Amino acid sequence: MRTFVLKRLLLLVPILLGVATLTFVLMYIVPGDPVRAIAGERYDEETLVRMRAELGLDRPLVVQYVDFLGRLARFDLGDSFVTRRPVTEGIRERFPRTLVLALSAMAIAIVCGIAIGVLAAWGAHPVLSRILMTVSLVGVSMPVFWLGLLLIYLFAIKLRVLPPSGYGGGSIRNLILPALTLSFASMATIARVTRSGFIDALGEDYVRTARAKGLGERVILSKHVMRNALIPVLTIVGADFGSYLSGSVLTESIFGWPGLGRFVVQAILKRDFPVIQGAVLFMAVLFVLVNLAIDLSYGAIDPRIRSEGGER
Amino acid sequence: MNPRAGFWRRLSRMRVATAGLAVFVVILAGSLCAGFFASAPPNEINLDAALARPSLHHPFGTDPFGRDVLSRVLYGARISLGVGFLARTISLVIGLFLGALAGYFGGRIDSILMRLADITFAYPTLLLLIAIIAVVSPGMVSLFVTLGVVGWASVARLVRAQVLSVKEREYVQAARASGASHPAILFRHIVPQCLAPVFVVYTLGLGMTIMAEASLSFLGLGVQPPAPSWGGMISSGIAFLRTAPWLTFFPGLFLTLTVCSLNLIGDGIRDALNPRLAPAFAKSMIVAAGRAADAAEGSR
Repeated sequence: MRTFVLKRLLLLVPILLGVATLTFVLMYIVPGDPVRAIAGERYDEETLVRMRAELGLDRPLVVQYVDFLGRLARFDLGDSFVTRRPVTEGIRERFPRTLVLALSAMAIAIVCGIAIGVLAAWGAHPVLSRILMTVSLVGVSMPVFWLGLLLIYLFAIKLRVLPPSGYGGGSIRNLILPALTLSFASMATIARVTRSGFIDALGEDYVRTARAKGLGERVILSKHVMRNALIPVLTIVGADFGSYLSGSVLTESIFGWPGLGRFVVQAILKRDFPVIQGAVLFMAVLFVLVNLAIDLSYGAIDPRIRSEGGER
Repeated sequence: MNPRAGFWRRLSRMRVATAGLAVFVVILAGSLCAGFFASAPPNEINLDAALARPSLHHPFGTDPFGRDVLSRVLYGARISLGVGFLARTISLVIGLFLGALAGYFGGRIDSILMRLADITFAYPTLLLLIAIIAVVSPGMVSLFVTLGVVGWASVARLVRAQVLSVKEREYVQAARASGASHPAILFRHIVPQCLAPVFVVYTLGLGMTIMAEASLSFLGLGVQPPAPSWGGMISSGIAFLRTAPWLTFFPGLFLTLTVCSLNLIGDGIRDALNPRLAPAFAKSMIVAAGRAADAAEGSR
């Protein structure tokens, strides 16, 4: 197990370096001249030269790259073109709000998804389970931003039970709709996977053995079926983490939730490149780390993966 | 019996996939014959009929400029599908070529290409797209090129795995022994054997690509107005959600139906190619297998 963990950690180094490099490339090469973006409409050659020197953009590319990596190592993502405040400050302020939103959504997705999946697998109510599965089939394909607007229309405009948007100082009432929106696609996938995992596990020999041993139905379900049916669910939760981050960009901009996703969208509108790149880099690193954590926990749950990865 | 007939028979037996295909064909036909169904061209402004409710004349209502929403939705389908197909084809070509190279030659080419793929996978897709399009200027061309380029990695990984499994087969060795050149062996003998799963990934990716296009257009980074795009229409409908919900409802409905039907078709093709796998579970197993393969690969 230890070599497995070590090797995964080592693999992290080139990936993180690659992500940093790609972000650097995007930030410094593609825009052509970021100085023009900062200076806006009213610039003359002199100001441009001065600003370029100020930002260190007149140095050779390699020097800039090394400097960029050095600053990254100190968690310095540069300053916003617009507010002139450090990008890290903005991230530190907004990230907790995105985290609250994403974790609530994840909790909703896991709890409701598994519940729906089990209910449908049970098949006690065939019509209900067919409806649930159809909804989850469509749910996977529903665009987050459209679903969010439908929920706003239904709950905020027609029924008037929940606020349409805003942070509301982080109150639960303001959290419900965005969290539900963000959770939906993942919930639908989890429901489908749980259902088929359950149905498959119920047909396995070890379940028949357990029945033959005379174990109670409850023990069989919780000890034998659940555990095996839920391994794929863990994978889905991990694989969907990226969609929570991507989804937060869309969800937050619909609901006016002042998190990281909205930070990015507002930066795009203002062409505030350091903020865009900084926030995207932050989320990419987060994504990489979460995937690593999922891989490791996967190794912990399923010994086959561990040995496959560890002993060669 | 010829195995391809078995494939079509299995595919047609899957009712859900067939339903998906039917829905997709209807949407495709609607977009191709948009001029026939729509009462006005998509950009025809008619301020007298602004924000009209859905009616016989305007089945999906009109927008604040009096443009016919049905017409815009149907012409928008052309853009969504067009961008989707173009982008996927770009991904397919790049991914097929690089994946084949990586799998066939192995060694340093392989590890460089696969690390590049890892880096592409390290970003949540939409965020990578946003980061790229935010710096190049938004527009139709940068949209499908970016979507296409970003999608290369999953195709490449799949093709590589396929090539690895095929390249030691006897007929390949026979070709090698008879003195065929590397490109000939790779592209005449190996790659054609890998195309079936690539086709599945193409179809499954099509839905995701169309969704990504709509998301970017929704954020103002994709198709620029006045060109009708579903994402853009939904975005500009937000301000009228209270008074004219049809502006957001219909484009979103078509987007959902399109993506859903493409996903169903993709699932169906996959299952028809590999009948042992059950639909939803297979997806999770593919993800799990990918992870296991990564873990194993990382140890080398």
